[in-house]
Amino acid sequence: MIHIEELTKYYGLKPAIQDISLDIEQGKIVGLLGPNGAGKTTILRILTCYMQPTAGRVTVDGLDCRTQALEVRKRLGFLPENVPLYVDLSVQAFLGFAATIKGVSGAMLQRETDRVVEACGLQEHRKRLIKHLSKGLKQRVGLAQALLKDPPLLILDEPTTGLDPAQIIEVRNLIRQLGGERTVLLSTHILPEVSQLCERVVILHKGRVRKEDTPANLAQDIQQGFRTQLSVDGPQEAVQKALADMKGVSDVQPMEGRSGEWMVQSEGDPALRPQMARMVVESGWGLREMRAIELSLEEVFVHLVTEESGEEGEHVS
Amino acid sequence: MRGISGVFRKEITIAFVSPIFYAACFIFLLLSGYFFYSTTAYFSLLSFQAAQNPFLSESLNLTDMVIKPFFGDLAVILLLMLPLLTMRLYAEEKKSGTIELLFTYPVSDASVLAGKFAATMALVLLMLAGTIPFMIILETMVDLEWGLLGAGYLGVVLLGASFIALGIFTSSVTENQIVAAVVSFGALLMFWALGWAQSVTGPTFGAVLGHLSIVDHLDRFTQGLIDTRDVVFYALFTLFWLFLTLRFLNSRFWRG
Repeated sequence: MIHIEELTKYYGLKPAIQDISLDIEQGKIVGLLGPNGAGKTTILRILTCYMQPTAGRVTVDGLDCRTQALEVRKRLGFLPENVPLYVDLSVQAFLGFAATIKGVSGAMLQRETDRVVEACGLQEHRKRLIKHLSKGLKQRVGLAQALLKDPPLLILDEPTTGLDPAQIIEVRNLIRQLGGERTVLLSTHILPEVSQLCERVVILHKGRVRKEDTPANLAQDIQQGFRTQLSVDGPQEAVQKALADMKGVSDVQPMEGRSGEWMVQSEGDPALRPQMARMVVESGWGLREMRAIELSLEEVFVHLVTEESGEEGEHVS
Repeated sequence: MRGISGVFRKEITIAFVSPIFYAACFIFLLLSGYFFYSTTAYFSLLSFQAAQNPFLSESLNLTDMVIKPFFGDLAVILLLMLPLLTMRLYAEEKKSGTIELLFTYPVSDASVLAGKFAATMALVLLMLAGTIPFMIILETMVDLEWGLLGAGYLGVVLLGASFIALGIFTSSVTENQIVAAVVSFGALLMFWALGWAQSVTGPTFGAVLGHLSIVDHLDRFTQGLIDTRDVVFYALFTLFWLFLTLRFLNSRFWRG
Protein backbone atom coordinates (compact mmCIF):
# COMPACT_ATOMS: atom_id res chain seq x y z
CA MET A 1 0.00 0.00 0.00
CA ILE A 2 2.65 2.48 1.07
CA HIS A 3 6.19 2.24 -0.13
CA ILE A 4 8.79 4.62 1.28
CA GLU A 5 12.26 4.63 -0.14
CA GLU A 6 15.25 6.35 1.45
CA LEU A 7 13.19 9.33 2.45
CA THR A 8 15.09 12.40 3.67
CA LYS A 9 13.78 15.81 4.60
CA TYR A 10 15.82 18.78 5.68
CA TYR A 11 14.46 21.86 7.42
CA GLY A 12 17.16 24.36 6.58
CA LEU A 13 20.37 22.56 7.47
CA LYS A 14 18.72 20.37 10.06
CA PRO A 15 17.60 16.93 8.97
CA ALA A 16 14.11 16.04 10.21
CA ILE A 17 14.19 12.53 8.83
CA GLN A 18 17.01 10.63 7.21
CA ASP A 19 17.04 7.59 4.93
CA ILE A 20 13.72 6.20 6.00
CA SER A 21 12.60 3.12 4.14
CA LEU A 22 9.34 1.42 4.98
CA ASP A 23 6.74 -0.82 3.42
CA ILE A 24 3.25 -0.86 4.77
CA GLU A 25 0.84 -3.55 3.68
CA GLN A 26 -2.84 -3.14 3.01
CA GLY A 27 -5.29 -3.57 5.87
CA LYS A 28 -2.79 -3.15 8.68
CA ILE A 29 -2.92 -0.71 11.56
CA VAL A 30 0.60 0.62 11.81
CA GLY A 31 1.93 2.92 14.51
CA LEU A 32 4.74 5.41 14.16
CA LEU A 33 6.18 5.69 17.64
CA GLY A 34 8.75 8.15 18.78
CA PRO A 35 9.47 10.97 21.16
CA ASN A 36 8.51 14.49 20.15
CA GLY A 37 10.68 15.72 17.32
CA ALA A 38 11.48 12.25 16.01
CA GLY A 39 10.08 13.07 12.58
CA LYS A 40 6.66 11.43 12.80
CA THR A 41 4.71 14.45 11.59
CA THR A 42 7.21 15.11 8.82
CA ILE A 43 6.73 11.60 7.43
CA LEU A 44 2.96 11.93 7.57
CA ARG A 45 3.04 15.34 5.90
CA ILE A 46 5.10 13.97 3.05
CA LEU A 47 2.77 10.99 2.71
CA THR A 48 -0.23 13.29 2.44
CA CYS A 49 1.61 15.37 -0.20
CA TYR A 50 1.51 18.44 2.01
CA MET A 51 5.29 18.71 1.68
CA GLN A 52 7.78 17.16 -0.63
CA PRO A 53 10.86 15.29 0.53
CA THR A 54 14.40 16.58 0.02
CA ALA A 55 15.34 13.17 -1.31
CA GLY A 56 13.76 9.77 -1.68
CA ARG A 57 10.49 8.47 -3.03
CA VAL A 58 7.07 7.74 -1.61
CA THR A 59 4.36 5.82 -3.40
CA VAL A 60 0.82 5.11 -2.25
CA ASP A 61 -0.90 2.36 -4.23
CA GLY A 62 1.90 2.71 -6.77
CA LEU A 63 1.21 6.43 -7.23
CA ASP A 64 4.10 8.82 -6.72
CA CYS A 65 3.50 11.49 -4.09
CA ARG A 66 5.63 13.95 -5.99
CA THR A 67 4.10 13.75 -9.44
CA GLN A 68 0.62 12.37 -8.79
CA ALA A 69 -0.22 14.24 -5.61
CA LEU A 70 -3.91 14.77 -6.36
CA GLU A 71 -4.41 11.07 -7.16
CA VAL A 72 -2.67 10.10 -3.92
CA ARG A 73 -4.81 12.53 -1.93
CA LYS A 74 -7.97 10.98 -3.36
CA ARG A 75 -7.02 7.72 -1.68
CA LEU A 76 -6.40 9.00 1.80
CA GLY A 77 -8.14 10.53 4.74
CA PHE A 78 -5.97 12.67 6.96
CA LEU A 79 -6.39 13.89 10.51
CA PRO A 80 -3.65 16.46 11.14
CA GLU A 81 -2.02 17.03 14.50
CA ASN A 82 -4.13 19.11 16.94
CA VAL A 83 -7.19 18.59 14.72
CA PRO A 84 -7.48 21.90 12.86
CA LEU A 85 -11.10 22.55 11.87
CA TYR A 86 -13.10 25.47 10.52
CA VAL A 87 -14.50 26.46 13.89
CA ASP A 88 -16.97 29.00 12.47
CA LEU A 89 -18.84 26.32 10.54
CA SER A 90 -21.40 23.89 11.89
CA VAL A 91 -20.53 20.19 11.87
CA GLN A 92 -22.94 19.66 8.99
CA ALA A 93 -21.58 22.59 6.94
CA PHE A 94 -17.99 21.55 7.51
CA LEU A 95 -18.60 17.94 6.51
CA GLY A 96 -20.57 19.17 3.50
CA PHE A 97 -17.61 21.31 2.46
CA ALA A 98 -15.12 18.47 2.95
CA ALA A 99 -17.34 16.08 1.00
CA THR A 100 -17.79 18.54 -1.89
CA ILE A 101 -14.08 19.15 -2.14
CA LYS A 102 -13.45 15.41 -2.08
CA GLY A 103 -15.73 15.09 -5.07
CA VAL A 104 -18.96 13.83 -3.50
CA SER A 105 -21.99 15.58 -4.94
CA GLY A 106 -25.74 15.52 -5.32
CA ALA A 107 -27.69 12.85 -3.47
CA MET A 108 -24.47 11.09 -2.49
CA LEU A 109 -23.44 14.09 -0.42
CA GLN A 110 -26.24 13.69 2.11
CA ARG A 111 -25.80 9.93 2.27
CA GLU A 112 -22.05 10.20 2.71
CA THR A 113 -22.20 12.81 5.47
CA ASP A 114 -24.94 10.78 7.21
CA ARG A 115 -22.71 7.74 7.11
CA VAL A 116 -19.65 9.40 8.68
CA VAL A 117 -21.76 11.27 11.23
CA GLU A 118 -23.18 7.95 12.34
CA ALA A 119 -19.83 6.18 12.31
CA CYS A 120 -18.38 8.84 14.59
CA GLY A 121 -21.44 9.20 16.80
CA LEU A 122 -22.12 12.84 15.96
CA GLN A 123 -25.85 12.57 15.24
CA GLU A 124 -26.85 14.93 18.03
CA HIS A 125 -24.25 17.55 17.19
CA ARG A 126 -24.80 18.14 13.48
CA LYS A 127 -26.22 21.62 13.83
CA ARG A 128 -23.75 22.86 16.41
CA LEU A 129 -20.87 25.17 15.54
CA ILE A 130 -17.56 23.38 15.76
CA LYS A 131 -16.15 26.02 18.10
CA HIS A 132 -18.76 25.07 20.71
CA LEU A 133 -17.84 21.38 20.72
CA SER A 134 -15.71 19.70 23.37
CA LYS A 135 -12.25 18.52 22.43
CA GLY A 136 -13.34 14.90 22.20
CA LEU A 137 -16.18 15.80 19.85
CA LYS A 138 -13.84 17.90 17.72
CA GLN A 139 -11.60 14.89 17.44
CA ARG A 140 -14.57 12.90 16.17
CA VAL A 141 -15.41 15.59 13.63
CA GLY A 142 -11.78 15.38 12.49
CA LEU A 143 -12.10 11.62 12.10
CA ALA A 144 -15.43 12.04 10.32
CA GLN A 145 -13.95 14.31 7.66
CA ALA A 146 -11.08 11.87 7.17
CA LEU A 147 -13.60 9.07 6.57
CA LEU A 148 -15.56 10.89 3.87
CA LYS A 149 -15.56 9.05 0.56
CA ASP A 150 -14.32 5.95 2.32
CA PRO A 151 -10.57 6.24 1.65
CA PRO A 152 -8.55 3.00 1.70
CA LEU A 153 -5.84 4.73 3.71
CA LEU A 154 -6.30 6.64 6.95
CA ILE A 155 -3.47 8.78 8.28
CA LEU A 156 -3.88 10.03 11.84
CA ASP A 157 -1.35 12.32 13.46
CA GLU A 158 -1.48 11.92 17.23
CA PRO A 159 -5.19 11.20 17.31
CA THR A 160 -5.52 11.06 21.10
CA THR A 161 -3.33 13.94 22.26
CA GLY A 162 -5.04 16.29 24.68
CA LEU A 163 -8.07 14.13 25.43
CA ASP A 164 -9.16 12.94 28.84
CA PRO A 165 -8.82 9.21 29.63
CA ALA A 166 -12.45 8.38 28.82
CA GLN A 167 -12.24 10.18 25.50
CA ILE A 168 -8.94 8.47 24.69
CA ILE A 169 -10.55 5.07 25.11
CA GLU A 170 -13.47 6.21 22.97
CA VAL A 171 -11.28 7.44 20.14
CA ARG A 172 -9.14 4.30 20.29
CA ASN A 173 -12.20 2.11 20.00
CA LEU A 174 -13.35 4.19 17.10
CA ILE A 175 -10.01 3.80 15.34
CA ARG A 176 -10.08 0.07 15.92
CA GLN A 177 -13.56 -0.15 14.41
CA LEU A 178 -12.55 1.98 11.47
CA GLY A 179 -9.53 -0.23 10.84
CA GLY A 180 -11.07 -3.30 9.30
CA GLU A 181 -10.25 -3.36 5.61
CA ARG A 182 -8.47 -0.05 5.71
CA THR A 183 -4.83 0.66 6.16
CA VAL A 184 -4.39 2.94 9.14
CA LEU A 185 -1.16 4.76 9.81
CA LEU A 186 -1.06 6.64 13.08
CA SER A 187 1.63 8.46 14.94
CA THR A 188 1.86 8.73 18.68
CA HIS A 189 4.23 9.14 21.54
CA ILE A 190 1.97 7.21 23.88
CA LEU A 191 3.17 3.66 24.27
CA PRO A 192 0.11 1.76 25.49
CA GLU A 193 -1.73 3.15 22.50
CA VAL A 194 0.51 1.31 20.08
CA SER A 195 0.42 -1.99 21.92
CA GLN A 196 -3.37 -1.77 22.11
CA LEU A 197 -4.09 -0.61 18.59
CA CYS A 198 -1.34 -1.50 16.21
CA GLU A 199 -0.40 -4.66 14.45
CA ARG A 200 2.96 -3.21 13.57
CA VAL A 201 5.13 -0.62 15.22
CA VAL A 202 7.81 1.54 13.68
CA ILE A 203 10.00 3.14 16.30
CA LEU A 204 11.54 6.41 15.19
CA HIS A 205 14.28 8.31 16.89
CA LYS A 206 16.10 11.41 15.67
CA GLY A 207 14.69 11.01 12.19
CA ARG A 208 15.69 7.39 11.70
CA VAL A 209 13.89 4.09 11.98
CA ARG A 210 15.25 2.28 15.01
CA LYS A 211 13.09 -0.79 14.93
CA GLU A 212 10.12 -2.17 13.09
CA ASP A 213 8.08 -5.20 14.11
CA THR A 214 4.93 -6.36 15.86
CA PRO A 215 4.58 -5.06 19.42
CA ALA A 216 5.03 -8.58 20.82
CA ASN A 217 8.11 -9.37 18.75
CA LEU A 218 9.68 -6.08 19.62
CA ALA A 219 9.40 -6.81 23.31
CA GLN A 220 10.82 -10.29 22.84
CA ASP A 221 13.55 -9.28 20.48
CA ILE A 222 15.12 -6.80 22.75
CA GLN A 223 15.26 -9.16 25.66
CA GLN A 224 18.07 -11.22 24.16
CA GLY A 225 17.36 -14.03 26.54
CA PHE A 226 15.20 -14.53 29.57
CA ARG A 227 14.90 -12.78 32.82
CA THR A 228 13.65 -14.71 35.77
CA GLN A 229 12.74 -13.38 39.14
CA LEU A 230 13.48 -15.81 41.95
CA SER A 231 12.60 -15.67 45.62
CA VAL A 232 14.59 -18.24 47.60
CA ASP A 233 14.63 -19.12 51.26
CA GLY A 234 18.25 -19.89 52.02
CA PRO A 235 21.72 -18.49 52.78
CA GLN A 236 22.09 -15.38 50.66
CA GLU A 237 25.63 -15.73 49.38
CA ALA A 238 25.43 -19.45 48.71
CA VAL A 239 22.24 -19.02 46.71
CA GLN A 240 23.67 -16.23 44.61
CA LYS A 241 26.83 -18.20 43.91
CA ALA A 242 24.95 -21.38 43.03
CA LEU A 243 22.72 -19.47 40.62
CA ALA A 244 25.62 -17.64 39.04
CA ASP A 245 27.51 -20.90 38.56
CA MET A 246 24.74 -22.48 36.53
CA LYS A 247 25.46 -22.99 32.87
CA GLY A 248 23.72 -20.41 30.70
CA VAL A 249 23.19 -17.84 33.44
CA SER A 250 24.84 -14.57 32.56
CA ASP A 251 24.03 -12.39 35.52
CA VAL A 252 22.48 -12.61 38.98
CA GLN A 253 21.50 -9.45 40.78
CA PRO A 254 19.86 -9.25 44.18
CA MET A 255 16.60 -7.28 44.02
CA GLU A 256 16.93 -3.93 45.63
CA GLY A 257 15.46 -3.69 49.10
CA ARG A 258 14.11 -7.22 49.10
CA SER A 259 16.34 -9.83 50.68
CA GLY A 260 16.22 -13.33 49.32
CA GLU A 261 15.08 -12.22 45.88
CA TRP A 262 17.18 -12.27 42.75
CA MET A 263 16.87 -11.20 39.16
CA VAL A 264 18.50 -13.81 36.96
CA GLN A 265 19.51 -12.96 33.42
CA SER A 266 20.08 -15.99 31.25
CA GLU A 267 20.43 -17.10 27.67
CA GLY A 268 17.36 -18.13 25.80
CA ASP A 269 17.34 -21.81 26.83
CA PRO A 270 13.82 -22.81 27.91
CA ALA A 271 15.14 -25.76 29.91
CA LEU A 272 17.03 -23.45 32.23
CA ARG A 273 14.12 -22.44 34.41
CA PRO A 274 13.15 -25.99 35.47
CA GLN A 275 16.84 -26.66 36.10
CA MET A 276 16.99 -23.60 38.30
CA ALA A 277 14.01 -24.76 40.30
CA ARG A 278 15.43 -28.26 40.69
CA MET A 279 18.80 -26.88 41.78
CA VAL A 280 17.20 -24.72 44.46
CA VAL A 281 15.05 -27.55 45.81
CA GLU A 282 17.84 -30.12 45.68
CA SER A 283 20.10 -27.78 47.65
CA GLY A 284 17.56 -27.91 50.43
CA TRP A 285 16.44 -24.29 50.10
CA GLY A 286 12.86 -23.18 49.88
CA LEU A 287 11.60 -21.86 46.53
CA ARG A 288 9.08 -19.21 47.44
CA GLU A 289 8.45 -17.70 44.05
CA MET A 290 9.64 -17.93 40.48
CA ARG A 291 8.51 -15.59 37.75
CA ALA A 292 9.39 -15.03 34.10
CA ILE A 293 9.87 -11.32 33.42
CA GLU A 294 8.98 -9.93 30.04
CA LEU A 295 9.97 -6.53 28.88
CA SER A 296 7.09 -4.18 28.34
CA LEU A 297 6.93 -2.16 25.17
CA GLU A 298 7.76 0.80 27.31
CA GLU A 299 11.10 -0.70 28.26
CA VAL A 300 11.81 -1.64 24.66
CA PHE A 301 11.14 1.90 23.63
CA VAL A 302 13.27 3.45 26.32
CA HIS A 303 16.01 0.97 25.49
CA LEU A 304 15.93 1.84 21.81
CA VAL A 305 15.85 5.59 22.15
CA THR A 306 18.46 5.74 24.87
CA GLU A 307 20.80 3.31 23.17
CA GLU A 308 22.59 6.05 21.31
CA SER A 309 22.75 8.65 24.01
CA GLY A 310 25.20 6.68 26.13
CA GLU A 311 22.77 5.62 28.82
CA GLU A 312 22.77 2.02 27.77
CA GLY A 313 22.38 -0.52 30.49
CA GLU A 314 20.68 1.84 32.83
CA HIS A 315 17.19 0.75 32.00
CA VAL A 316 17.78 -2.73 30.66
CA SER A 317 20.45 -4.79 32.29
CA MET B 1 -14.43 22.78 -10.58
CA ARG B 2 -16.01 21.08 -7.54
CA GLY B 3 -12.95 22.25 -5.60
CA ILE B 4 -13.62 25.86 -6.60
CA SER B 5 -17.31 25.70 -5.71
CA GLY B 6 -16.58 23.93 -2.42
CA VAL B 7 -14.05 26.55 -1.34
CA PHE B 8 -16.32 29.33 -2.64
CA ARG B 9 -19.23 28.19 -0.51
CA LYS B 10 -17.07 27.67 2.55
CA GLU B 11 -15.60 31.18 2.29
CA ILE B 12 -19.02 32.75 1.80
CA THR B 13 -20.43 30.87 4.80
CA ILE B 14 -17.52 31.91 7.00
CA ALA B 15 -17.79 35.53 5.81
CA PHE B 16 -21.45 35.61 6.79
CA VAL B 17 -20.88 34.23 10.27
CA SER B 18 -17.88 36.47 11.01
CA PRO B 19 -18.38 40.07 12.09
CA ILE B 20 -15.69 41.43 9.74
CA PHE B 21 -17.89 41.36 6.66
CA TYR B 22 -20.83 43.01 8.43
CA ALA B 23 -18.59 45.72 9.86
CA ALA B 24 -16.96 46.36 6.48
CA CYS B 25 -20.34 46.38 4.74
CA PHE B 26 -21.80 48.79 7.30
CA ILE B 27 -18.92 51.25 7.05
CA PHE B 28 -18.84 50.94 3.26
CA LEU B 29 -22.53 51.78 2.88
CA LEU B 30 -22.43 54.49 5.53
CA LEU B 31 -19.49 56.28 3.93
CA SER B 32 -20.63 55.83 0.33
CA GLY B 33 -24.09 57.04 1.32
CA TYR B 34 -22.67 60.09 3.02
CA PHE B 35 -20.37 60.94 0.10
CA PHE B 36 -23.22 60.47 -2.35
CA TYR B 37 -25.50 62.68 -0.28
CA SER B 38 -22.95 65.47 0.08
CA THR B 39 -22.02 65.61 -3.62
CA THR B 40 -25.67 65.45 -4.69
CA ALA B 41 -26.73 68.08 -2.15
CA TYR B 42 -23.94 70.41 -3.27
CA PHE B 43 -24.92 69.87 -6.90
CA SER B 44 -28.56 70.71 -6.19
CA LEU B 45 -27.51 73.84 -4.29
CA LEU B 46 -25.47 74.96 -7.31
CA SER B 47 -28.43 74.14 -9.56
CA PHE B 48 -30.66 76.49 -7.54
CA GLN B 49 -28.08 79.25 -7.86
CA ALA B 50 -27.76 78.53 -11.58
CA ALA B 51 -31.44 79.24 -11.99
CA GLN B 52 -30.62 82.91 -11.44
CA ASN B 53 -27.28 82.77 -13.22
CA PRO B 54 -27.38 81.38 -16.78
CA PHE B 55 -23.59 81.75 -17.05
CA LEU B 56 -23.11 79.24 -14.22
CA SER B 57 -25.67 76.80 -15.60
CA GLU B 58 -23.48 76.20 -18.67
CA SER B 59 -20.72 74.72 -16.55
CA LEU B 60 -23.01 72.47 -14.50
CA ASN B 61 -22.63 68.80 -15.40
CA LEU B 62 -24.03 65.87 -13.43
CA THR B 63 -21.41 63.43 -14.72
CA ASP B 64 -18.48 65.57 -13.71
CA MET B 65 -19.93 66.81 -10.44
CA VAL B 66 -21.75 63.77 -9.03
CA ILE B 67 -21.06 60.52 -10.88
CA LYS B 68 -17.30 60.88 -11.31
CA PRO B 69 -16.56 61.91 -7.72
CA PHE B 70 -18.90 59.18 -6.48
CA PHE B 71 -16.90 56.42 -8.19
CA GLY B 72 -13.71 58.02 -6.91
CA ASP B 73 -15.15 57.88 -3.40
CA LEU B 74 -16.09 54.22 -3.84
CA ALA B 75 -12.48 53.50 -4.84
CA VAL B 76 -11.18 55.16 -1.65
CA ILE B 77 -13.57 53.21 0.57
CA LEU B 78 -12.65 49.95 -1.16
CA LEU B 79 -8.99 50.79 -0.57
CA LEU B 80 -9.76 50.97 3.14
CA MET B 81 -12.12 47.99 3.36
CA LEU B 82 -10.75 45.32 1.05
CA PRO B 83 -7.55 44.60 3.01
CA LEU B 84 -9.88 43.73 5.89
CA LEU B 85 -11.78 41.24 3.77
CA THR B 86 -8.71 39.61 2.26
CA MET B 87 -6.47 39.48 5.33
CA ARG B 88 -7.94 36.29 6.76
CA LEU B 89 -8.07 34.27 3.55
CA TYR B 90 -4.78 32.43 3.96
CA ALA B 91 -3.35 33.92 7.18
CA GLU B 92 -6.17 32.52 9.31
CA GLU B 93 -5.87 29.08 7.76
CA LYS B 94 -2.16 29.07 8.41
CA LYS B 95 -2.57 30.17 11.99
CA SER B 96 -5.29 27.68 12.85
CA GLY B 97 -3.67 24.86 10.88
CA THR B 98 -6.67 24.26 8.65
CA ILE B 99 -4.37 24.91 5.70
CA GLU B 100 -3.09 21.41 6.34
CA LEU B 101 -6.57 20.05 5.72
CA LEU B 102 -7.06 22.21 2.67
CA PHE B 103 -3.74 21.21 1.14
CA THR B 104 -4.27 17.51 1.70
CA TYR B 105 -7.71 17.36 0.11
CA PRO B 106 -7.72 16.23 -3.51
CA VAL B 107 -7.89 19.74 -4.91
CA SER B 108 -5.19 21.86 -6.55
CA ASP B 109 -3.79 25.05 -5.04
CA ALA B 110 -5.10 26.95 -8.06
CA SER B 111 -8.69 25.78 -7.44
CA VAL B 112 -8.48 26.80 -3.79
CA LEU B 113 -7.15 30.20 -4.82
CA ALA B 114 -9.84 30.61 -7.47
CA GLY B 115 -12.52 29.74 -4.91
CA LYS B 116 -11.21 32.24 -2.39
CA PHE B 117 -10.84 34.97 -5.01
CA ALA B 118 -14.30 34.37 -6.41
CA ALA B 119 -15.87 34.38 -2.93
CA THR B 120 -14.28 37.74 -2.07
CA MET B 121 -15.33 39.14 -5.45
CA ALA B 122 -18.88 38.06 -4.70
CA LEU B 123 -18.77 39.93 -1.38
CA VAL B 124 -17.52 43.07 -3.13
CA LEU B 125 -20.24 42.79 -5.78
CA LEU B 126 -22.77 42.50 -2.98
CA MET B 127 -21.41 45.63 -1.31
CA LEU B 128 -21.44 47.54 -4.60
CA ALA B 129 -24.99 46.35 -5.28
CA GLY B 130 -25.89 48.16 -2.06
CA THR B 131 -25.08 51.47 -3.79
CA ILE B 132 -27.40 50.92 -6.78
CA PRO B 133 -30.43 52.29 -4.85
CA PHE B 134 -28.55 55.63 -4.72
CA MET B 135 -28.64 55.71 -8.50
CA ILE B 136 -32.29 54.73 -8.59
CA ILE B 137 -33.09 57.66 -6.28
CA LEU B 138 -31.07 59.96 -8.54
CA GLU B 139 -32.91 58.62 -11.58
CA THR B 140 -36.20 59.88 -10.13
CA MET B 141 -34.86 63.44 -10.28
CA VAL B 142 -32.60 63.55 -13.32
CA ASP B 143 -32.23 61.69 -16.54
CA LEU B 144 -29.33 59.28 -15.87
CA GLU B 145 -27.14 57.70 -18.51
CA TRP B 146 -27.08 54.06 -17.47
CA GLY B 147 -24.33 53.22 -19.96
CA LEU B 148 -22.04 55.67 -18.20
CA LEU B 149 -22.94 54.18 -14.82
CA GLY B 150 -22.33 50.67 -16.13
CA ALA B 151 -18.85 51.65 -17.29
CA GLY B 152 -18.16 53.25 -13.92
CA TYR B 153 -19.27 50.17 -12.00
CA LEU B 154 -17.21 47.95 -14.31
CA GLY B 155 -14.18 50.07 -13.52
CA VAL B 156 -14.76 49.85 -9.78
CA VAL B 157 -15.26 46.09 -9.98
CA LEU B 158 -12.00 45.68 -11.89
CA LEU B 159 -10.26 47.93 -9.39
CA GLY B 160 -11.72 45.81 -6.58
CA ALA B 161 -10.40 42.65 -8.24
CA SER B 162 -6.90 44.17 -8.30
CA PHE B 163 -7.13 45.11 -4.62
CA ILE B 164 -8.31 41.62 -3.72
CA ALA B 165 -5.52 39.92 -5.67
CA LEU B 166 -2.84 41.94 -3.91
CA GLY B 167 -4.56 41.39 -0.55
CA ILE B 168 -4.68 37.63 -1.09
CA PHE B 169 -0.97 37.65 -1.84
CA THR B 170 -0.05 39.46 1.38
CA SER B 171 -2.34 37.10 3.28
CA SER B 172 -0.57 34.09 1.80
CA VAL B 173 2.90 35.17 2.94
CA THR B 174 2.14 35.58 6.64
CA GLU B 175 0.11 33.85 9.31
CA ASN B 176 -0.66 37.13 11.04
CA GLN B 177 -3.83 38.79 9.79
CA ILE B 178 -2.88 42.26 11.00
CA VAL B 179 0.43 42.10 9.13
CA ALA B 180 -1.42 40.92 6.02
CA ALA B 181 -3.88 43.83 6.24
CA VAL B 182 -1.25 46.48 6.95
CA VAL B 183 1.08 45.35 4.18
CA SER B 184 -1.69 45.09 1.65
CA PHE B 185 -3.09 48.51 2.58
CA GLY B 186 0.39 50.05 2.36
CA ALA B 187 1.15 48.44 -0.98
CA LEU B 188 -2.20 49.53 -2.44
CA LEU B 189 -1.68 53.09 -1.23
CA MET B 190 1.75 53.05 -2.83
CA PHE B 191 0.29 51.95 -6.17
CA TRP B 192 -2.39 54.58 -5.73
CA ALA B 193 0.10 57.38 -5.14
CA LEU B 194 2.64 56.39 -7.82
CA GLY B 195 1.08 58.80 -10.29
CA TRP B 196 1.57 61.80 -8.01
CA ALA B 197 5.29 61.80 -8.70
CA GLN B 198 4.69 62.18 -12.44
CA SER B 199 5.11 65.95 -12.48
CA VAL B 200 8.52 65.92 -10.79
CA THR B 201 10.10 63.03 -12.73
CA GLY B 202 11.20 63.07 -16.34
CA PRO B 203 8.69 62.55 -19.16
CA THR B 204 9.59 58.89 -19.82
CA PHE B 205 9.76 57.75 -16.22
CA GLY B 206 6.75 59.89 -15.40
CA ALA B 207 4.71 58.13 -18.06
CA VAL B 208 5.73 54.75 -16.65
CA LEU B 209 4.62 55.84 -13.18
CA GLY B 210 1.37 57.18 -14.60
CA HIS B 211 0.59 53.88 -16.30
CA LEU B 212 1.37 51.93 -13.12
CA SER B 213 -0.82 54.10 -10.92
CA ILE B 214 -3.76 51.95 -10.01
CA VAL B 215 -6.40 54.67 -9.66
CA ASP B 216 -5.56 56.69 -12.79
CA HIS B 217 -6.97 53.85 -14.86
CA LEU B 218 -10.34 54.36 -13.24
CA ASP B 219 -10.75 57.88 -14.67
CA ARG B 220 -11.73 56.86 -18.18
CA PHE B 221 -14.25 54.32 -16.85
CA THR B 222 -16.01 57.03 -14.87
CA GLN B 223 -16.28 59.13 -18.02
CA GLY B 224 -18.07 56.24 -19.67
CA LEU B 225 -15.10 55.13 -21.70
CA ILE B 226 -14.09 51.46 -21.60
CA ASP B 227 -10.53 51.50 -22.89
CA THR B 228 -8.87 48.12 -23.47
CA ARG B 229 -5.64 49.55 -22.01
CA ASP B 230 -7.33 50.01 -18.65
CA VAL B 231 -9.09 46.66 -18.75
CA VAL B 232 -5.83 44.93 -19.61
CA PHE B 233 -3.99 46.80 -16.85
CA TYR B 234 -6.44 45.65 -14.17
CA ALA B 235 -6.56 42.11 -15.55
CA LEU B 236 -2.77 41.84 -15.60
CA PHE B 237 -2.41 43.42 -12.18
CA THR B 238 -4.89 40.88 -10.77
CA LEU B 239 -3.33 37.89 -12.51
CA PHE B 240 0.17 39.00 -11.50
CA TRP B 241 -0.61 38.91 -7.78
CA LEU B 242 -2.63 35.72 -8.03
CA PHE B 243 0.28 34.13 -9.86
CA LEU B 244 2.72 35.27 -7.18
CA THR B 245 0.38 33.81 -4.55
CA LEU B 246 0.43 30.44 -6.27
CA ARG B 247 4.21 30.51 -6.58
CA PHE B 248 4.54 31.39 -2.92
CA LEU B 249 2.16 28.64 -1.79
CA ASN B 250 4.13 26.25 -3.95
CA SER B 251 7.32 27.14 -2.11
CA ARG B 252 6.21 25.04 0.86
CA PHE B 253 7.32 22.01 -1.16
CA TRP B 254 10.96 22.95 -1.23
CA ARG B 255 11.44 25.38 1.64
CA GLY B 256 12.55 24.01 4.97
